[in-house]
Amino acid sequence: MSEAVLLSYEKSVPGRRSEVIPKPDVPAYALPEALRRKTPLLLPELSEVDVDRHYTELAHRAYGVNCGFYPLGSCTMKYNPAVNEAVAALPGFAQAHPLAPAHAVAGCRAVMEELSESLCRIAGMDAFTLQPAAGAHGELTGMLCVRAYHESRGDAARKTMLVPDSAHGTNPASAAMAGFTVVNVPSRADGCVDLDALSALLDDGVAGMMMTNPNTLGLFEKDILKISRMVHASGGLMYYDGANLNAILGLARPGDMGFDVTHLNLHKTFSTPHGGGGPGSGPVGVKALLAPFLPTVASLGETGPLQVKAFHGNFATLARALAYIKTLGGDHLRDVAHHAVLNANYLMARLKAAGYTPAFDRPCMHEFVLTLEHERETTGVSALDVAKTVIDYGMHPPTMYFPLIVHEALMFEPTETETRETLDRAAQVMAAIRADLERDPEAMHTAPHSAVIGRPDEVRAARTPVLRWKPEP
Amino acid sequence: MEIKTDRLYSESHEWVLFENDTTATVGLSDFAQSELGDLVFVNLPQVGDTVTAGETFADVESVKAVSDVYSPVTGKVVAVNATLLDAPQTINEEPYEAWLVKVEGITGKVALMDADAYRALTEK
Repeated sequence: MSEAVLLSYEKSVPGRRSEVIPKPDVPAYALPEALRRKTPLLLPELSEVDVDRHYTELAHRAYGVNCGFYPLGSCTMKYNPAVNEAVAALPGFAQAHPLAPAHAVAGCRAVMEELSESLCRIAGMDAFTLQPAAGAHGELTGMLCVRAYHESRGDAARKTMLVPDSAHGTNPASAAMAGFTVVNVPSRADGCVDLDALSALLDDGVAGMMMTNPNTLGLFEKDILKISRMVHASGGLMYYDGANLNAILGLARPGDMGFDVTHLNLHKTFSTPHGGGGPGSGPVGVKALLAPFLPTVASLGETGPLQVKAFHGNFATLARALAYIKTLGGDHLRDVAHHAVLNANYLMARLKAAGYTPAFDRPCMHEFVLTLEHERETTGVSALDVAKTVIDYGMHPPTMYFPLIVHEALMFEPTETETRETLDRAAQVMAAIRADLERDPEAMHTAPHSAVIGRPDEVRAARTPVLRWKPEP
Repeated sequence: MEIKTDRLYSESHEWVLFENDTTATVGLSDFAQSELGDLVFVNLPQVGDTVTAGETFADVESVKAVSDVYSPVTGKVVAVNATLLDAPQTINEEPYEAWLVKVEGITGKVALMDADAYRALTEK
């Protein structure tokens, strides 16, 4: 175990300098005196070699898809091809300015138009906005479109948004943020939406229903056409959470399943970088009836009906996604889905053979969920303990405790970019952990033992969070 | 797993302790707190709010998830246990002392179980 990394502020020495910040390429502008800072900005003072080593040290301690297997379920942690980066780094893209006149950025506009067209074809939609900067941002945008649609028809009393109990937590949160009242739709014992329960909930107060297909259990909702017909018959709209699109890419389209609005996660399905390393991008596609309610990009000085992100969204991420789509082409996009589903089923079969219990023992789509309820009862080892032990074997843990309807859940999504050798190695790791579980369950309660940070006190961190670093007095 | 015999339980794992036919305190069962894990936040209604049997009236957050708490009775909130806001762990430590709300003017309730029936439910 190595020492904690010092913050750049803690490494700071007054007067130390480096030239890592480029010179400004626009004329200097003298701010009015009243707007200028009275005190110097508190920034760390470091030499270039200090800065380089600081970030290299952080990089060594991080674990990404470039380091090894990262089966974080529901997140589609696929490898991001280097060609995407080469495309995004082209000077015409990388140095474009959002206020440049339209004729000077024709290439950037072509990227956005082609991407919108491709996404329309992939999702079976009629129009897309590329503005939203993340999946949940896309959900909120989609929900606002649904609200605007009902209001435009003078049907503003529709306040209920139906969400299955297996949904991503962002679904009810986005619906609530858009002013809807969320009502849960229970799942049947087979993990899919309970049609009888749905039928009982449908009335003229229902604005729509949010669904993921395949759902978060990695199971395809085979009744989807029936469900969308039922919701439409009651006057509601269908929202498709694109988080699991990787399973059906090129094989089935949300638009053909009866969905009216969808967001797609470019940082999942379309191989652009994830999360903090992103930025993310969650374009929203709609059927023609909702197109008038999509966000527009206002020119400088005017305001559009709805704009959810400055200018055109995260443009360089859009360029990466288009590079991915064009590199693979239609046929190979289909291969993505086939291999994602094959890899998930292969790993599930290997883990079942190793003694683990799938929460739903039938072929899965692109991901699957184990339940460790039995292990917890018999050995006291929880899904959390197993996930933490995975770190000691040099692998990223699967998603844990999600979906909420499975007890002691561990959710694996290998993605299509992993080889059979990697999946075999992961199966060996999980089999070895199974042996640990029989032999020394106590040691697993304190895992990981090899990581820089062992078992953080999550309860204390949540109850009394320290959100800001302050210098020692 | 402790199940007190002096009170009744709902299917969604809340306990109800009736003082009389129309007044009761409501809390979370030992089983509920054990399933939820260490609680880190509690959101409670306000005094004067109306709660409805079978509908959510509070939520609790653990390191795993946020969960709704469903009211076993219909009535008016006359007191809330504000000490839980700063010490949600009391629900983990003493689930049968850590009442959430006191409700008066009770006009309806969900199907409630006695301790034996509730024990059978938790062992299913």
